[in-house]
Amino acid sequence: MEVLDTKPERTKSRSKYSIIIPTYNERLNIALVTYLIFKHLSDVDFEIIVVDDGSPDGTQDVVKQLQKVYGEDRILLRPRPSKLGLGTAYRHGLKHASGDFVVIMDADLSHHPKYLPGFIRKQTETGASIVTGTRYVRGGGVHGWNLMRKLTSRGANVLAQTLLWPGVSDLTGSFRLYRKSVLEDVINSCFSKGYVFQMEMIVRASRKGYHIEEVPITFVDRVYGSSKLGGSEIVEYLKGLVYLLLTT
Amino acid sequence: MKHILKILGLLAALSAVWAGLLETSLIPYNYVWLLPIYLIVSLGCYGLLMVGVGLMVFPTCPQEATLLQKDILEAKDFLMRKGIDVGAA
Repeated sequence: MEVLDTKPERTKSRSKYSIIIPTYNERLNIALVTYLIFKHLSDVDFEIIVVDDGSPDGTQDVVKQLQKVYGEDRILLRPRPSKLGLGTAYRHGLKHASGDFVVIMDADLSHHPKYLPGFIRKQTETGASIVTGTRYVRGGGVHGWNLMRKLTSRGANVLAQTLLWPGVSDLTGSFRLYRKSVLEDVINSCFSKGYVFQMEMIVRASRKGYHIEEVPITFVDRVYGSSKLGGSEIVEYLKGLVYLLLTT
Repeated sequence: MKHILKILGLLAALSAVWAGLLETSLIPYNYVWLLPIYLIVSLGCYGLLMVGVGLMVFPTCPQEATLLQKDILEAKDFLMRKGIDVGAA
């Protein structure tokens, strides 16, 4: 029956997608990103799960207002009392996810929702367990990075590719779509914190033999708010590499 | 302890080949002694080359920043009409 459906855009499978967005002081960004998600996924069954770590700027109030516009069944607010870290934020969001697939993205607009249909299409076409966004291939890219940041990023990437052979081109990107059961499996075997966590997730998934596909994404550095990359992050990254080298 | 073992295995295999070359003296002894140094140097060169090439072809997307600004204005307009106060951040 589905052979008659000629429009590839209309998602043939009636899969549901849960989009988990961890926030901390993202009052404006969460509203913008929500609008853009609804704009670009107009014919997809999805829910947005906002995991807010007790932002003092009223992020949760904005989310409640968004719920009134879009519906409480489309936007779920699942706050936590204080800043508890990224890895546990995903675990927390995952507990409340009712979709067949889970998308993980940042609230700060560096991950543009316009790529979501591409993630979904790639998954439907290939049947992959994970679709991960990559900035380092044709069609992808980065904006707003200075030479130092680019150098660090390239160096980190070459080092990781040489030592870990992960089979994906962008390890630290965190814009990804997971089959829910796969995310549950992978997340339970990950123990690191911060953005090493993103790297651990994809390396462990790759080692477990899950089918991973990539789609190009562009990354425009934080429009509102400041970027969180500091000097100690390099040390964290190197420690993460050694950890993954020894444990995966 | 899996991946590190793979790498150690690779290193062990290379050392075995090297030891073999030392023993059989297929190539003059002096050259064989230098092979590990060549390997390290070429690994370093490979790394530098990859970083260099990566930097040169680093994909950038200045047009995306402009597009995003347009999307933000559109979104703000919508939010204002819906009466959602996002404040001046």
